Amino acid sequence: MQTNRPFEHRHYGHCETGVLSSLFKHEGLDLSEPMIFGLASGIMFAYIPFIGMNNMPTISYRSMPRTIISGIQKILHIPFVKKTYRDEKMAMEELRTFALSGRVVALQTSAYWLPYFPSEMRFQFNAHNLIIFGMQNGEFQVSDPVFDHVVTIAPEDLQNARFAKGLLAPKGFLYYPEVVPLAVDLPTAIRKSFKKTLFMMLSSPPPFGIRGIFYIARVIERMEQKRDQRYIRAFLGHMVRMQEEIGTGGGGFRFMYAAFLHEASMLLSEPVLLEASRRMTTVGDLWRQFALACAKAIRNKTEAPDLAMIAGLLRKCGTVEREVYQMLRTLS
Amino acid sequence: MKIDEVPQDNLIHYQGAGKRALYAINERGEYTTVPSSGWEVEEVVLSQALADYDEQAEASRQRILRGDSSPIEYFMYKRRMDALVLAQAMGLFKWQVKRHFKAKAFRRLDEALLNQYARILRVDVRRLTHFEQTQGEL
Repeated sequence: MQTNRPFEHRHYGHCETGVLSSLFKHEGLDLSEPMIFGLASGIMFAYIPFIGMNNMPTISYRSMPRTIISGIQKILHIPFVKKTYRDEKMAMEELRTFALSGRVVALQTSAYWLPYFPSEMRFQFNAHNLIIFGMQNGEFQVSDPVFDHVVTIAPEDLQNARFAKGLLAPKGFLYYPEVVPLAVDLPTAIRKSFKKTLFMMLSSPPPFGIRGIFYIARVIERMEQKRDQRYIRAFLGHMVRMQEEIGTGGGGFRFMYAAFLHEASMLLSEPVLLEASRRMTTVGDLWRQFALACAKAIRNKTEAPDLAMIAGLLRKCGTVEREVYQMLRTLS
Repeated sequence: MKIDEVPQDNLIHYQGAGKRALYAINERGEYTTVPSSGWEVEEVVLSQALADYDEQAEASRQRILRGDSSPIEYFMYKRRMDALVLAQAMGLFKWQVKRHFKAKAFRRLDEALLNQYARILRVDVRRLTHFEQTQGEL
């Protein structure tokens, strides 16, 4: 199936969910970004000390890259064409064919190789998703969901971006939905998605889920004796960057999940979901309070950061967030 | 976060890239995306991270001029990487990249590897081989 209507760019909070919402909308299925994020059980917390960059651990507020694509595929039974390539030339040739024939496709790319990114943001991050929707003067037309306007990219740059090596290497990964239904059974899918989210957030061992939040709070508290001021500030800054800077829609995806719960409350007519959505908004606000406290601690070079206070804020995030999932548990 | 609480702090790092979409609640209590020109907090943490890389780059530059390090290390920090990330991007082992930080090993690099470093670090190969002339400007 392939529509002939012109592609319309939309602006989203996050790349992977934005790409999927945009692709579906193009094919006539209207699913919001929060709906996709929620259905794919995208919300998460993970703190992985031994995998990281520049002496900083991996801290994530969402599930692993690509799991939103596979999650949506599974829960909505929408078949996807998914390809990776060994031959770079062939990959680019095929993309050209898609672009010229009007097939809108999504790619996994490395932000480091995207010239339209602000130069200070071009970090080696290999799981940035974007849409290619055509060609113009020998360049590919890009709809990057986290940008408010469309851009173009030279084939050489795009080739570098698709075949960057390292952690989460894209290997030319290209995907698009094969058949998009005009309607899906959302209530069933939503209930199913809660199960997985509850499992990941409430039943995972630390350092994942709610227990992960409490765990990292303790790690931060204990840094006072173990680490120097410079490392502590860098750690706090790193955590806030993962939460606010890396396309999360604000509050480390918590606002996006609150938006999902709000939509779900309408579809399922369950008042408890509306309450859960409000509570999740509070959670997002709390995470932002935590970010603000960290920023203040980083800026204040004369006093040592008040780690007990910061850990306390984190525990509050964890406590209220746990309440949200416990409310969801009463549903099923 | 309500719509009027969405930060609009006009971050320098956003300029040229446009705004980013955040989720906030409108007057009817529904969620909607709101374009944001950035939050001061982001500026603080991004500047901190960049300053950290720049500091390491500057220390490396001093070492290069003393003959104790190679331009590969310098440009690695300039491109916001560490030895592991650079090694993965190059398809090498970390110990190999670390060895190439040494001035002596760097001088012995063959042309192919040197060109590959230049590509991955997004610099002209002359910036690597004639570091003293440009002093590492990008």
